[in-house]
Amino acid sequence: MRWLTEESIEHIALGAAVLGTGGGGDPYLGKLMALEAIKTYGPIKLLSIEELADDALIVPLSMMGSPTIGVEKIPSIEELVAPLEKIEETLGQKAAALMPIEVGGVNSLVPVLAAAAKGLPLVDADAMGRAFPESQMVTFYLDGHSADPTVLADEKGNTVVITPKDGHWGEKLARAITVQMGGSSTVCDYALPGSVVKKSAIPGTLTKSEEIGRLLLHKSGDGTHPIKRLLAFLNGYKLLTGKLTDIQRTLTGGFTRGICEVEGIHDDAGRVVTLHFQNEQLLATEGEKPLAITPDLIAILDVETGQPITTEGLRYGTRVTVIAFPCDPKWRTKKGIETAGPRYFGYPVEYEPVEKLQEGGGK
Amino acid sequence: MSYRIGIDVGGTNTDAVLLDHRLHVIAKAKQPTTEDVMTGIWKVLIAILEESAISPGEIGYAMLGTTHCTNAIVERKQLNKVGIIRLCKPAATAVPPLAAWPDDLKAAVGEHHYLVAGGYEYDGTLISELDENEIRSALEAMKGNVKSIAVTGIFSPARAEQELKVARLAHDVMPGVPISLSHQIGSIGLLERENATILNAALQTTIRTVVSGFREALSKLGIPAQIFIGQNDGTLMEADYAIRYPILTIGCGPTNSIRGASFLSGLKDALVLDIGGTTSDIGVLSNGFPRQSAIAVDVGGIRTNFRMPDILSVGLGGGTIIRIDEQGAITVGPDSVGYRLLQEARSFGGDTLTATDVVLAVTDTTIVGADTSDLDSDACQQAYNRMIEKLEVAIDQMKTSKEPVPVILTGGGSILVNSRLAGASEVIKPDHHDVANAIGAALGTISGEAENIYALEGRTYEDAVEAAKQQAIGNAVEAGAVPATVEIVSVEDVPLAYMPGNSVFIKVKAVGELDAK
Repeated sequence: MRWLTEESIEHIALGAAVLGTGGGGDPYLGKLMALEAIKTYGPIKLLSIEELADDALIVPLSMMGSPTIGVEKIPSIEELVAPLEKIEETLGQKAAALMPIEVGGVNSLVPVLAAAAKGLPLVDADAMGRAFPESQMVTFYLDGHSADPTVLADEKGNTVVITPKDGHWGEKLARAITVQMGGSSTVCDYALPGSVVKKSAIPGTLTKSEEIGRLLLHKSGDGTHPIKRLLAFLNGYKLLTGKLTDIQRTLTGGFTRGICEVEGIHDDAGRVVTLHFQNEQLLATEGEKPLAITPDLIAILDVETGQPITTEGLRYGTRVTVIAFPCDPKWRTKKGIETAGPRYFGYPVEYEPVEKLQEGGGK
Repeated sequence: MSYRIGIDVGGTNTDAVLLDHRLHVIAKAKQPTTEDVMTGIWKVLIAILEESAISPGEIGYAMLGTTHCTNAIVERKQLNKVGIIRLCKPAATAVPPLAAWPDDLKAAVGEHHYLVAGGYEYDGTLISELDENEIRSALEAMKGNVKSIAVTGIFSPARAEQELKVARLAHDVMPGVPISLSHQIGSIGLLERENATILNAALQTTIRTVVSGFREALSKLGIPAQIFIGQNDGTLMEADYAIRYPILTIGCGPTNSIRGASFLSGLKDALVLDIGGTTSDIGVLSNGFPRQSAIAVDVGGIRTNFRMPDILSVGLGGGTIIRIDEQGAITVGPDSVGYRLLQEARSFGGDTLTATDVVLAVTDTTIVGADTSDLDSDACQQAYNRMIEKLEVAIDQMKTSKEPVPVILTGGGSILVNSRLAGASEVIKPDHHDVANAIGAALGTISGEAENIYALEGRTYEDAVEAAKQQAIGNAVEAGAVPATVEIVSVEDVPLAYMPGNSVFIKVKAVGELDAK
């Protein structure tokens, strides 16, 4: 057990933007909510996964919907607490702790305010180890756990309990209800006992996010470049350093899809890498050759500071370093690749781990 | 014949130009910017009248681009206490107003804030009705404690009625107290728009003081001019409009330079490199106007989303200090001797090697009284290459495509560039480039904008764009443009992600000529 302070929140927000791989929403609002919570209620207890009792009820809490709407109709405290109370009522058990469902972008910090208001601890784990666009893209789903019940709430006092037959239906129904709720909602799904969370969640991801933030915000004693330190920490690979020369976005099926091209500079002069994104960056290719493939993570960082750049922030001429690093092993299973691999997102390539693709490449 | 005066108050100098009715430069003058700003303006007005020898009575228009409002925020001076109303309940209570503000600025603006019932969904349907009694009692509670009011409602850029209703109630309870409405100031993003609206309200006394001080100065000098204030999209607003939207003056300096550069060079699409003593600012001239930033902008440490020019600042100016260490390694800045160039630079007998020295040593450029004979020409050549490379990288960052573009040089430090620049199709240094900012201020175009989310159920995309256009034109006319000259200069749209594909954010800008009545 340790305490999350205001400083932890600042670091997590930055780390979550790296793990957001370009999507996941801007962690800024999550950060403000979390800071407000700590100001009002004091530091938050953070439990490691081992500290959970087997029969304790652990409840993930997140926001669903358009980030554009989320930053305009920001949540109320009641709305953040409502799905939690409703799922407790439905299951007939009190929550012992809350957890983030994803550790990329805004949702990394959304549960903090509810945890603080209810006096509950937060679990240092999540179910993606990154950000993904759809709600069945969680390790709980991979391990065959049910999203039943899923509870959605809005700010007006509406709550909806759905009992989807699987994670895909959970996503589909929740998305439709969210639209009716005004385009954004708060959600609790995959509320599971401690014994399951211990086996199925990805441990230590808030701490990981915090470490990334700390690495990027503070200089090292020996003056090592922040991106170099980040790559060492993430076991990652530099794909190239270059400048953005082309960016194309289209909106299909409610998702921002597109590509951006990075032309190598300095040591990488002459190379061109294309990044394919669908909210998140999902595929990096050089000519026909894939360099990194979802569910492995691809992040675009400012070449000087290492600060992550979101898909909306991509602009011609920006100097960037593109990095890739391995996802949690749970995503590399057959079901993991089926759920969040390149085919699911419509890319005509087979998944191969980034370590293999980068063999002999400049780590 | 009617003349016009343009004044630009910069960090170092206050520049002025006098133009005739065909926009020819008749006279120009520079004075140091003074701490109180107004003294510098007064002096530069006198200087320009002396130089031009025309009768003050013939000056019909006076345009001022000023840093007063930026300074007020940075120095936390002269800011109004603001009554803050957020129309949101039961939504949007998780983060209170002023949440991420620095403590001293929060203290200056005050903490009279009220979260009340109200707000709209993205499609314009109600979150909740306004409760008139609730709002009246909030207004009664802040009466006497605040000097202006800021009202922000959820999705007010899509539908403004509730904010307008609150303005009427506020006018009832506190007649004469200025009211800032968020839909007239910022775009989507509640907290950022609320911040911009609060800053706008906080600046309303400052801007009144500027306008009345300027008016008084002109009248003392016998200049019967109509007053305009420069805003940060490179256009002007009438004094009354400026008094309502002081925040739009923030960042008008670089945009004046960009507009001036466009006028002086005759180009509508180019990069503008404005080199001063400490930094070089690069802006993009697109279709005759400065390109705006697409991301949230910090003003005095506060995240806002009102429109701001897209400017890249590079730490390289005429006074930038160049260091050469024992191994011969060269560093360029980022520090600068600033306005003490003539005392401290090596060519003028000082001890510090500056960017200006380097240029004088390796190019044909000369300045009277400068002596570069004891400078190491090899080292200077290397330093010069480094300086140019720094500018070239910055230029490349501001381009929108690989194609080379013209680069227009402005500002007192533009002697730094004396060669070709990679990425530039040509480098242009127009006449009067040293006062391009003041010329930009004097040009006199007037703009209006509209930014809304449109639900495309029951209306076509074309309908929605047309509605936005009409609103933008209306705003331009209200700001002082001649209706017949107003045209649409840009239409942008952004579909909303994660929504069922039929809501779109549309942003339109209209521009017209100054109503020279």
